Amino acid sequence: MKKKLITIFAILLFPLTVAAGGGGVALDPVNINLNDKESLQKGARTFVNYCLSCHSAGYMRYNRMGQDLGISEELVAENLLFAAEKTGDLMKAVMPAADAKKWFGTAPPDLTLTARSRGPKWIYTYMRSFYRDESAPSGWNNKVFAHVAMPHVLYEWQGEQRPIIEKDSHGVEHITGFEIAKAGTMTEKEYNEAMRDLTNFMVYLAEPAKLVRYKIGLYVILFLIIFMVAAYMLKKEYWKDVH
Amino acid sequence: MQKVFDAMLGWVDARFPLIKTWEEHLSKYYAPKNFNFWYYFGSLALLVLVIQIVSGIFLTMHYKPDTQLAFASVEYIMRDVPWGWLMRYLHSTGASFFFITVYLHMLRGIMYGSYRGPRELLWLIGMAIFIALMAEAFMGYLLPWGNMSYWGAQVIISLFSAIPFGIGDILSEWIRGDFVVSDATLNRFFAFHVIAVPLALCGLVFVHIVALHKVGSNNPDGIEIKKNKGPDGLPVDGIPFHPYYTVKDIVGVAGFLIIFAAVIFFAPELGGWFLEHDNFTPANILQTPPEIVPLWYFTPYYSLLRATTEEMVTKGLLPLTIVMTILTVISVRNVLAKMAAVGIGSVVVVCLFIFEAKLWGVILMGLGVGLFAFLPWLDMSPVKSIRYKGWMFKTALIIFCIDFLVLGWLGTQPASGPNVILAQIGTILYLLFFFLMPWYTTFDKTKPVPERVTQ
Ligand code: HEC
Ligand code: HEM
Repeated sequence: MKKKLITIFAILLFPLTVAAGGGGVALDPVNINLNDKESLQKGARTFVNYCLSCHSAGYMRYNRMGQDLGISEELVAENLLFAAEKTGDLMKAVMPAADAKKWFGTAPPDLTLTARSRGPKWIYTYMRSFYRDESAPSGWNNKVFAHVAMPHVLYEWQGEQRPIIEKDSHGVEHITGFEIAKAGTMTEKEYNEAMRDLTNFMVYLAEPAKLVRYKIGLYVILFLIIFMVAAYMLKKEYWKDVH
Repeated sequence: MQKVFDAMLGWVDARFPLIKTWEEHLSKYYAPKNFNFWYYFGSLALLVLVIQIVSGIFLTMHYKPDTQLAFASVEYIMRDVPWGWLMRYLHSTGASFFFITVYLHMLRGIMYGSYRGPRELLWLIGMAIFIALMAEAFMGYLLPWGNMSYWGAQVIISLFSAIPFGIGDILSEWIRGDFVVSDATLNRFFAFHVIAVPLALCGLVFVHIVALHKVGSNNPDGIEIKKNKGPDGLPVDGIPFHPYYTVKDIVGVAGFLIIFAAVIFFAPELGGWFLEHDNFTPANILQTPPEIVPLWYFTPYYSLLRATTEEMVTKGLLPLTIVMTILTVISVRNVLAKMAAVGIGSVVVVCLFIFEAKLWGVILMGLGVGLFAFLPWLDMSPVKSIRYKGWMFKTALIIFCIDFLVLGWLGTQPASGPNVILAQIGTILYLLFFFLMPWYTTFDKTKPVPERVTQ
């Protein structure tokens, strides 16, 4: 019986996992843990310092981020406020969208919800898959986002990558991996760790409620189970005399 | 205290049929005592209706029906409104659970023959509820103004333009209030979603219950309990709805809420099935999502639509029409009916040649929903419940359920390669479940129905 149930469950869940995938390129798994406050803070620092110059996170407020991540209002005001005046402001991009569009050909999209539209794996892989491509206008290309208009802004950290290209049986070229052509200030492990923090932060950014909803959910379900037991006992009592 | 209460009750009761209503619909409303698991879903649908209305009211307090503001206002609800995220997830998850409960509620009706006399009208009212519910969900999905909201509405509304003689274009323009989905569309959808359709739904649900209580509930044995009354004039197999079924339904409510809460708190997107990934980017007129896919509860009908290619019309629908016409002519005795069958059959055949496949796709999609309304007259079995029906009905229903799920799954996938032919086979099977029902319910070998309900 138990086995049967598990099988049924597995069949039911199968389409869920397939629907969540998609896209051509294999994405690297990333360890998301919103309880890791330190990781979220590091990610926030990277995000505010390196990404908000071009991108906005226009549905998020600085002070909300500060409260959620345990960063004091003063610290937010001193260290993180670039494109805004008040800590209650939304995270706007430093560069006006029109200018960005002129320079890059595409306006950098808002990043608040990217972790929900693209998924954390995609972001993590994307940030680690820039490579040198002299034919591209910015000099950079990306394995998961071909002909991307965004230059590799963290290139000083990661260094310069060159793709390892192999032909498959149909003669189509695939990027199977990268080799470092010019070393950056970080080792590969450090860079991966930094990108994991950044992705972790962007998952939080996409849905701040995620910090609380699991915990509340546990209590709600616990209450409901007790309620159900009580309701069942009541029903049993009433139904004693129905034959 | 008791005295004051009695006096108040007496005062109200002298002016309003309070006690009479209570007794007629609850404490002295007799329901069969053998309701099983499947009988929870009516009261659960009622619960979801209440959840949708209450959470919807809170969302409306902060939502802005304006193409420039809508998407941001939803994110504002998710972040800056206290408990706003909970209201939104209650509402978005509630929409999917509404369809889960209603689909299971309908499946119960099909299994136990609840649509058969004297409950045909009850079933038809249910159909009206079902269509209103679809309209409600479709228009609600445009409101967050995500990219899938936009393109989904664009695709579905433009389907109307398949209607020939220039009517279609006028109609779809009239629905949108513009040449494309725009601010005018968003505003009118908002009006329909928050007041017009919910009002109709509440009215219909009220009438649904009134009709149910007039004829009484069916049960898993498909036996009329009113035919077997005791000396006190009460059905011997009946028990008062209150307290017996009120306490039982509370257990169902608790079980339902556990699953509901699990989704809301642990997986509100349900891997893209309840909230689609592409809807987390704002509507963009210049960028279609890679695959335009409606939410899961519409995908079976969407599959019927996409399966109807030019080839499907000539190699699928045409032979189907001819075979059904011949079968009908052979089977009916009345000469007039024979002539009517030939007449209708030939008109359909001629139309199949005249009109393009796109129109037939829309027609099939409509049939996919609407054919359920004919069940009371398609089912000719001498027994109601599946418990006493033979292997033919059971097999047909199992195939239909699997077919419904497969079509639903295919509707979320790209319509290319083997998916197309699979959806076309699924479409034919879907139609055959209804079209052949008069035959397989007539020839099926049924079991004798007992006098009294079984436990
Ligand atoms: C120099 C300006 C600039 C900076 C700085 C920058 N980006 Fe970008 N980014 C862009 C542009 C331009 C695009 C649009 C790419 C396109 O559509 O081809 C983009 C696209 C993206 C995308 C793809 C979004 C999508 O869903 O299509 C992601 C993710 C992203 N950037 C993340 C980041 C992160 C994280 C940072 C900070 C480390 C960052 N960007 C810093 C300019 C920038
Ligand atoms: C908002 C949606 C709906 C609500 C709130 C609702 C509510 C109810 C309730 C409370 C009952 C009695 C309890 C039960 O038998 O489970 C019931 C019975 C019934 N409903 Fe619905 N219903 C809805 C939609 C539908 C639909 C879409 C159909 C079919 C097309 C339908 C057909 C029936 C039938 C045939 C019965 C009698 C069942 C029997 O006696 O065996 N209902 N409904």
